[in-house]
Amino acid sequence: MAQLIKNHSPASDSWSVLQLAEGETPETVALPAGDVIFPLAVWLARKAEIVSCHKRIGLLLQPDEPVEAVAGDLEYFIVIAVNFPKFVDGRGYSTAALLRQRYRYEGELRAVGDVLHDQLFYLKRVGFDSYALKEGKDPAVALQSAFATFGDSYQASTDQPQPLFRRRA
Amino acid sequence: MYQYDALDRQLVNERVAQFRDQVARWKAGALSDDEFRPLRLQNGLYIQRHAPMFRIAVPYGMLNSAQMRTLASVATQYDRGYGHFTTRHNLQLNWPKIEDVPDILAELAKVDMHAIQTSGNCLRNITTDQFAGVAADEIIDPRPLAEILRQWTTFHPEFAFLPRKFKIAISGTRDDRAVTWFHDIGLHLKEQDGQVGFTVIVGGGLGRTPIRGQVVREFLPWQHILTYCEAILRVYNRYGRRDNAYKARIKILVQALGVDAFAEQVEAEWAHSKDGPATITQAEFDRVAAHFGAPAYQSLSPLDAAFAEKIQHEKSFRNWVDRNTHAHKAPGYVAVTLSLKKHGVPPGDITSGQMLAVADLADRYSFGELRISHEQNIILADVRQADLHDLWQQAKAAGLATPNTGLLTGIICCPGGDFCDLANAKSIPIANAIQARFDDLDYLFDIGEIDLNISGCMNACGHHHVGHIGVLGVDKNDAEFYQVTLGGRQGNDAKLGKVIGPSFAAGEMPDVVDKIIKVYLENRHADERFLDTFDRIGIDPFKNRVYEGRAHGKAKAAEKEAA
Repeated sequence: MAQLIKNHSPASDSWSVLQLAEGETPETVALPAGDVIFPLAVWLARKAEIVSCHKRIGLLLQPDEPVEAVAGDLEYFIVIAVNFPKFVDGRGYSTAALLRQRYRYEGELRAVGDVLHDQLFYLKRVGFDSYALKEGKDPAVALQSAFATFGDSYQASTDQPQPLFRRRA
Repeated sequence: MYQYDALDRQLVNERVAQFRDQVARWKAGALSDDEFRPLRLQNGLYIQRHAPMFRIAVPYGMLNSAQMRTLASVATQYDRGYGHFTTRHNLQLNWPKIEDVPDILAELAKVDMHAIQTSGNCLRNITTDQFAGVAADEIIDPRPLAEILRQWTTFHPEFAFLPRKFKIAISGTRDDRAVTWFHDIGLHLKEQDGQVGFTVIVGGGLGRTPIRGQVVREFLPWQHILTYCEAILRVYNRYGRRDNAYKARIKILVQALGVDAFAEQVEAEWAHSKDGPATITQAEFDRVAAHFGAPAYQSLSPLDAAFAEKIQHEKSFRNWVDRNTHAHKAPGYVAVTLSLKKHGVPPGDITSGQMLAVADLADRYSFGELRISHEQNIILADVRQADLHDLWQQAKAAGLATPNTGLLTGIICCPGGDFCDLANAKSIPIANAIQARFDDLDYLFDIGEIDLNISGCMNACGHHHVGHIGVLGVDKNDAEFYQVTLGGRQGNDAKLGKVIGPSFAAGEMPDVVDKIIKVYLENRHADERFLDTFDRIGIDPFKNRVYEGRAHGKAKAAEKEAA
């Protein structure tokens, strides 16, 4: 199981991701109760239904799924999980930056999938605040140093909207 | 040149600590090879067939003498006493130990150097004109903006895992010397209605699919360069192909969308960040530009009398001045090219001893600063004419005064199959064989200006596509062959060379080049350079001569059959 890190400490995870089994479609899949993270296609197909029976709603975005598709829906989500099928696929960084900076999403933004220690600093910078650390990766190592690799940054991003040159003494 | 402040230094030191920890975790098995690979590449570390290769950044080609001395000591202590300057201004070491790289980085950090993002699918080193700030034809000095861009690229959190590598070149002169038409982003500084800004070119590149870049924006005021580049990168990061590494560069995306649709997407993205906090302030520009002020030039006459005298009477000095000095905007000064193209030596290679000699020359004659050119030479940018004769003699003693800059043997060449895992064929022995064939200086001068570029594979590190004569190593049934192109060029009219025909065995290459040169010499009008003659007479006379008497096509197949 992936270990969740939230607010810079290990956290338990109440959420489960709805997985479509073979033959199931977004239109017909049974909607489970509880804290569920819905794939984008299910959300788009079943929005009214989900809203009527769930108070707490999560959304899963794959790298090629555009943020723009849910730009008007963000108030519904307690958590948005952005999947990194491979850690070298950097599209999720832009997804997060857009969610936070352009669409002002303020709920939990979770990195899931191939989430390793050495990307945590960048993930935090673009706006993630929770991380489902890949199975087998030691959360202690992640918490020790990975969020503080660098003491400052040149560029503006979600965690520091002012570039260094506007803050330089 | 730019001087680090405490924060710049802190970031580089933190990078050393980060990489030391990563290497330790990799050694301990906590990081797999696949997890470690992009991390080490973003610190310039390749694992190669003979030994690791380690690439040290020389941002926009500028170095001071202390940095050059550190490179010399690092090459001595951790390698075999030499290094190789690349076409992107960086220094490569061919034989370091992986375990030593954190220590090398720590040594480099002491003189504000690093290997940040010198490889990997990220924003790479920014390159520019080697004569920036001193060239007589300069409109705007690109270095302050190059430094501002360097800082922006360094550890950019959103663009550390792009579909593929990303290279930016910036030029501020009338004659483009930074190959800006063949970069992922090429920036031309210019002035319009009293305002300084850029023409933004996107989607150029050499490599497997050579494409000339296209103008995405005719004029962008300089204050917006970071927000605009960010918009380009965001479009690329989101929509560039990730399914096929050979189709993942931004040039493929620009081709697929068409430049107009691509530009529209960029402009739409940019509309959100335009005038935002990342807009460069005048104060920041001034802070950085203050580091690039002119050194304390003396007021000199445009022509030093003793220099003029020596030029007249010493032919070999005159030859060197003719080829290896470049016009300077301050009267009585010139920029000097110290050639790393001595015949018989791998082009771009430099020994630790030469690095120390070069550092001394810089201190003695050029305000302690140096540049690396994309032609893989070293530049002393601010030399008094009156010092040229002494400098020349000392450079000669160090093997750095071969007067072949811009001539046939001043070859641009990648490390090739002798060192590089990607190569299909060796490139250095081809360069050396051609240099040996054309070892007569008078003949070289008579042939005149000609760029010969050699790459050991289609990744095109030797920029063969833009050589007047380009040579590309190819693999044919596990044997090394060489394809020849003619008519390529860099500069404002940059274009790709045309393939002349079937490829050649290594041993044939000096003869092939010799025949090409002969066709030129027989056909040229007075004052025509190679390229002028080529443009006038076309490729056919060259083709006919080179393949004269050679069986090819069906005849060759029949020959093979018979054998």
